[in-house]
Amino acid sequence: MMLDLAIVAAKAFLVLFMVLNLAGVLGWVERKGSALIQDRIGANRASVFGFAGLGLVNTLLADPIKMLTKEDFIPAHGDRLLHTLAPCLALFPALVTFAVIPFGDVLVVGGREINLQVANLNIGILYIFAMASLSVYGIVIGAWASNNKFSLLGGVRGAAQMVSYEIAMGLSVIGIIMVYGTLEPQAMVRAQGELLWGWLPAWGVVRQPLAFLLFFTAAVAETKRLPFDAPEGESEIVAGYHVEYSGGKFLMFFAGEFAEVVTAAGLVTTLFFGGWQVPYLLRDGFHFPWGGALPLAPLAVTILQVAAFTIKALFFCWLQIILRWTLPRFRYDQIMRLGWKMLLPAALVNLFLTAVWIVVRRPA
Amino acid sequence: MILFLILAFLSVVFSLLVVTQRNVVHSAMALAATLFIIAVLFLTLDAPMLGVLQILIYAGAIMILILFVIMLLNPMSVEARPAAWWTLGSLGAGALFLQLAGLLHRPAVFAEAAVPASFGGPESIAQSLFTDFALPFEVASVLLLVAIIGAVVLAQRQR
Repeated sequence: MMLDLAIVAAKAFLVLFMVLNLAGVLGWVERKGSALIQDRIGANRASVFGFAGLGLVNTLLADPIKMLTKEDFIPAHGDRLLHTLAPCLALFPALVTFAVIPFGDVLVVGGREINLQVANLNIGILYIFAMASLSVYGIVIGAWASNNKFSLLGGVRGAAQMVSYEIAMGLSVIGIIMVYGTLEPQAMVRAQGELLWGWLPAWGVVRQPLAFLLFFTAAVAETKRLPFDAPEGESEIVAGYHVEYSGGKFLMFFAGEFAEVVTAAGLVTTLFFGGWQVPYLLRDGFHFPWGGALPLAPLAVTILQVAAFTIKALFFCWLQIILRWTLPRFRYDQIMRLGWKMLLPAALVNLFLTAVWIVVRRPA
Repeated sequence: MILFLILAFLSVVFSLLVVTQRNVVHSAMALAATLFIIAVLFLTLDAPMLGVLQILIYAGAIMILILFVIMLLNPMSVEARPAAWWTLGSLGAGALFLQLAGLLHRPAVFAEAAVPASFGGPESIAQSLFTDFALPFEVASVLLLVAIIGAVVLAQRQR
């Protein structure tokens, strides 16, 4: 009993630790990556005792220290309570969503089976959407509590954008749920280990390519990053919903954004890119379709799986950063048109075609 | 049981805050908290699907739209309501409470009901929704469609 509790606590701590740290590292990757893309040197001012060589370490230390020691400003006619609550509401959903994302198969240690997932919910996909729908609160409440026209505009934009893209996101995932016939992330990842025609891994992107494009677009819109950053819109409304935030509270909004990037990458990996699946890797080692096998120890298999999940998730984090520095911001009406008039109908068509396909293929 | 009492107490406290707060946004946040606590209550009662849907639909969608409307209109505080509304509302709430209190006399309310393993899961909910309750389900969909068309018509008229 105690050991079970300890294992769950360790898994929860590990996942939180990884997500938060990755969020911090991404902050540096974004600044350095943008510098590379724009042909600057960038992010090389932080130095410890005159030594700036370890750019990553220095920036990782300097940024939070700077933010946490800054004055925490609350606008005179703002709402003190809600102004403080909003950053917590913004950070919370991004961190708890990762609880149902499996980062490995079952690990057997000393006869005890450890499911490499913090919480194995049989309705995990619904839980993800429930938590994603809560992430609007942080923006709306923060925008309102600041008592600022610009932040209120940003909050209204953010609420409308996130509610709109949640619909396209949910509808695009229903196709995936229908194909694999489960709402359980771990079972969904297992089902993606099958092979189509004996050689092609049945990953979500193979089964539902259109759904992947729709889901990824909607997921980027949900993180409110370029090209969907109208809620912030620096050139129009200063900094949007967090214009009146400084110091530690701004850091929480900032970390929440990068935690959302990590979570979105984890979700895309789990739903469409086989999660922890490595092609042709079964529980006892590799079984190649062209014959031949490479037996591996169970621990090695688990390490490979966790590594595969991490690499895939990191790839999608990197892709989101590249996207942010490649595309210009959409105008607000363009965002709405894309969401309601293009993504939503495309998701419905995908849903209909998937349903037809399933009915036709069903054994009579 | 202790967990239930804590959750019940919290939900009552937050529901009271909904009606006593002068600030509309504070009321709305208290309502969101109440809905969230009720969702947790569903989770403790072996109905995880219902609990998650409660968060997804009520706390995540409906409350956001209510907040959205509040922010667009921005009424800083509610005007004083006429006393007649308070009396009517209190009477209605009192009648509902008496009705429920009558149920509490029966011992069957507190007996542990046998719960099948599939209770509250997506399969059992879908099964009853598309067989036993197919007609009410479709009627509700038509009702929502009518509401959508009505909203579009109203929005068009203003131009």
